[in-house]
Parts: sequence; C-alpha cells; structure tokens
Amino acid sequence: MKKNPFAKRHIIETCMKVIMLASLILVTGTLGLILWTIIKNGIPAMSWEMLTQVPKGGFYMGKEGGILNAIIGSLYLAGGGTVLALVCSLPIALYLEAYLGESKWGSYVRLALDVLWGIPTIVYGAFGFAVMVSLGLRASLLAGIIVLALIELPIMTRAMDEVICRMPLEVEQAALAVGSTRLEVALRVVTRQMLPGIITAVLLAFGRGIGDAASVLFTAGYTDRIVTSLFRPTASLPLAVFFQLGSPFPEVRARGYAAAFILTVIVLIVSFGARLLSSRLGKYTIK
Amino acid sequence: MEPHIQVKDLNAFYGKQHVLKNINIEIPRNKITVIMGPSGCGKSTLLKTFNRFFELTEYTRLTGNVLIDGQDIYNRDVDVTEVRKVVGLLAQRPAVLPMSIFDNVAYGMNIHNMKKDRNKTREAVQHYLEIAGLWEEVHTRLHDPATGLSIGQQQRLCLARGLAVEPEIILGDEPTSALDPISSQNIEKRLIELKKDYTIVIVTHTLRQAKRLADHVIYMYLGEVAETNSAPEIFTNPKHERTKQYLDGIF
Ligand SMILES: Nc1ncnc2c1ncn2[C@@H]1O[C@H](COP(=O)(O)OP(=O)(O)OP(=O)(O)O)[C@@H](O)[C@H]1O
Ligand SMILES: [Mg+2]
Repeated sequence: MKKNPFAKRHIIETCMKVIMLASLILVTGTLGLILWTIIKNGIPAMSWEMLTQVPKGGFYMGKEGGILNAIIGSLYLAGGGTVLALVCSLPIALYLEAYLGESKWGSYVRLALDVLWGIPTIVYGAFGFAVMVSLGLRASLLAGIIVLALIELPIMTRAMDEVICRMPLEVEQAALAVGSTRLEVALRVVTRQMLPGIITAVLLAFGRGIGDAASVLFTAGYTDRIVTSLFRPTASLPLAVFFQLGSPFPEVRARGYAAAFILTVIVLIVSFGARLLSSRLGKYTIK
Repeated sequence: MEPHIQVKDLNAFYGKQHVLKNINIEIPRNKITVIMGPSGCGKSTLLKTFNRFFELTEYTRLTGNVLIDGQDIYNRDVDVTEVRKVVGLLAQRPAVLPMSIFDNVAYGMNIHNMKKDRNKTREAVQHYLEIAGLWEEVHTRLHDPATGLSIGQQQRLCLARGLAVEPEIILGDEPTSALDPISSQNIEKRLIELKKDYTIVIVTHTLRQAKRLADHVIYMYLGEVAETNSAPEIFTNPKHERTKQYLDGIF
C-alpha cells in the first residue's frame, strides 16, 4: 500500500501539475505586468483634473485639461451599444432555443454568428463608414453605438445560446407539463435559469465594446467637447489612448497611460458589479 | 361509469420503429391504473400519448385516438396547453423549476391566470403543499430555492406544482424509482388519498408497489396490451401466459 512516487502514473500526474501551474503563472503574470505598466506610467499623470475636465488649449502639448470628454463618450458608446445589442440578441437567442434548436436552420444561424464574431472590428468600422458616406452622414455617437452593437451582437447571442443550451431538458419539460406555451417556458423559466449567464454575456460584450478603437475611429469620430447629441461626434477612451501615446511629448504619453488606466478601472468595476449581481441571482439556478 | 380515458387503435412510431401496436384500452375514473410490463415494452410511450408529450420527440408518428371525457385530444382544434393542464405529469426524477419553493407551486396558476390576487395564490400554494404533505417541512422557507430540498421533498413539490393547475388526471412514470423507501411510501400514500378526486395512471416496475396501489392493471408486452383487468382479478388469476410469468418473477 506504500506509494511509489516513481510509478509512471504518479510521474505523469506531477508533470501535468507542473505544466498547469506554469501556464497559470504565465497568464496571471502577463495580466499583472499589463496592470503594472499602465499604473507605473499612468499614475504620475493621474489627477482629479484628468477625470473632471475636457481638453483645454494646449492639452495635446502637455498643458491643462482632462479626458472627461472621452470617459463620457466611451460610456455612452459602449452602454448604448450593449443595450442595443441586448435588445436584439435576447430574442435571437430565445428563438434559436425555442424554435430552431438543433435543427439545420439552427446550425446555419449559429455558423453565421460565429463568422460575424470572427470579423475584425476595423471591418465593421469600414462597413459603417461606407454606409454613412453613401447616406451622406457624418461621424456621430449614434453611428458609433450602432456599429458597436453590431460587433457585440454575435458575442452576446452566442454566449447566451451556450448558456441556454445547458438548460436541463427535464426542467423545460416540467414547465411544459403544467401547460406552458413555448414562449412562457422561454420567458419565465429559461431566462430565470440563464440570468447569471446572460449577465456574464452582457459584460463580455460590454468589455469588447468599450475597449475597441478601430470601429469607432471612422464612425464616432473624435472631439474635445462632451457629446450632447446622438447626432454629434464623440470622443472615446481607446482613441484617447491611441492619440496620446503617439505624441512626442512625454507628459502627453503619460496621460495616454492614465487614460488606459481609467479604461481598465471602468472594465474592472463593471466586472465586479456583474459578478456580485449574478451570484445574487444565481441563488435559484439549477446546477 | 364512463371511462375517463379511452384509447382507440393507437399506434406509435419512433422513426420506423413501431412501439405501440393497436392499443385499445379504457382507463376508469377516480381509480389508480397501473401499467406494468418488461423494460422497453412501451409503457412510458403510452403514458406520453396521454398528455401529448410524445410529440416533443422528433421523428415520431401517431395514429388512432386518445379520448379524454369523450374529447379527442389529438383533434386539430384542441389546445395542447389545455390538455396538459388537465393531464398532470409526475416524472421519474423530480425536476424543480429554477425559482423558490413558493414560485414553483405558483408557476402554473400564474401562467393560466387562475388566481385573482397574491393572497388567493398564497392560500392555494399552502393548500397544495399540504395535500402533497410538504407544508410542515417547508412553510418556514417558502422563498428559498427549490433546489435546496431533498430529492424526496422535490418529488412532493413537483406533485404540488402539478396539482396546483387543477388537473383531472395524474400520470406518473415510475414516480418513486428515484426515491428512498420512506419517500416512496410517502408518495404512495398521497396517491391513494388523491384518487377520490383524480384519475391516476402509474407506470411501475415494482410488483409490490403495483399490488399496494392498483385498482386496475394494464399489462403490456412488446408494444401491445397483453392483458387488462381489475387488480384483484389480474393478480390472482392472470389470463395471459406472459402476465403469469411476469407476476411469478420469471423475467
Ligand atoms: N426517444 C426515443 N427515440 C427512439 N426510440 C425510442 C425513444 N424512446 C423510446 N424508444 C423506444 O421505444 C420503445 C418503448 O420505449 P419506452 O420508453 O416506452 O419503454 P418502457 O416500457 O417505458 O421501458 P422502461 O421500463 O425501461 O422505462 C423502446 O424500444 C425504446 O427503445
Ligand atoms: Mg419507461
């Protein structure tokens, strides 16, 4: 009964453990490094002013001002895009589940969504731009929101579809057995079971939306003023990072890192909030 | 008395496989009818044709009629949700809904708009939990997740949920096979109490359970009804050779 640490299966187990641990360290280490770079380079430029003011004259040469325009712009863009994507993707995911299921058409729709997911965001940006040009429209908050919604839609729909697929069949049948319609099963049972998963999907999409620069570059434009209308251009944090990091002035580059730090903090706050919420709501789900 | 369920020339197919063959039976009202037979003979399938669950499986086909109170439930203008409201189902393993104990029982009443206000719903939830013999155990934690209950309690919750939509018929497909002996006895006791108000159809593999519960027995073999008779008759004097063998435990 004595353990022989040199038996083949124990050696394999040890090797596997080491590999797993190494990749864990690699991933968390990279994440730590990213955070450390942003913080180290950005903290010197972080100030109350950065958060509460818009760029003043000479801001891009290191003079006064902040990036409130970009913070607000990004929140509007990603928030609007996420809401729009949610409004469209929930019905698609529920339709996929309730009526298409594992059928041929269901798999076509899933394939299309996966392809859309894989398209680079710059292509969405270019597409949006082409549509706007042909309609004679200029860059605006609304255009940015629509393009971000298009980008987020496949992510959200597929993520929801995955959680919905994991719905236990017996639970649906239990609801059908008391005389539910398919729609009632979808709305009252499936969504309940899926709510924590749906929140995660929404968060995933929001994260992709708020961090994307390529798509909003052409469609939402950039401006130093705080956006007040859906039909005006707006600044955004990824572009603020992009423009300022490319500056020859070290003070401005530091502000670029500070903008990246703010972006990261926003994403972190949203993730932790969603975590908290979904664990609350997850109380009733069937594991 | 007129039978509650009448099955006429029923044939059922999974793809090409012919699993129910020319079934003609009558199920008496306010009695417990037990369906028995070896594994794979089509007991579950027959049960599923009574609440139109058979059509949930793809590539199935059904011919013939199932009449409930003389009304063909496969008629074109019949609302399938109404059929399932009238014919409740107790599954082999309890499947609670992802909500609180209270909401599990209230679910059916809500979708069918059966109660005028929240107070009426509350009274009804208590009433059906009492009938299912669960009230004493859960009345202090009605708003806790239903998944926190034991399997035996979950099965009684499923019973309460099914009864709450005021069905006339209760189907049970081996409803106690996942439960411990005490919980099984508990469910059996409920079923016997319930038969004065409901027509009950149970599939079971346990001969002793069948003897405890049955008023009427349907014995199936290879997709056909081999024998159907009142319980005392069939247990003391089985006509069909296969029934005899089954009852003697030769299978
Ligand atoms: N979903 C299905 N698809 C294809 N064939 C099926 C399906 N369900 C059941 N069958 C077949 O139909 C026949 C009858 O099955 P059924 O489940 O009604 O038997 P049963 O009498 O309930 O058996 P058991 O006592 O093991 O539960 C079996 O031959 C089975 O293989
Ligand atoms: Mg069965």
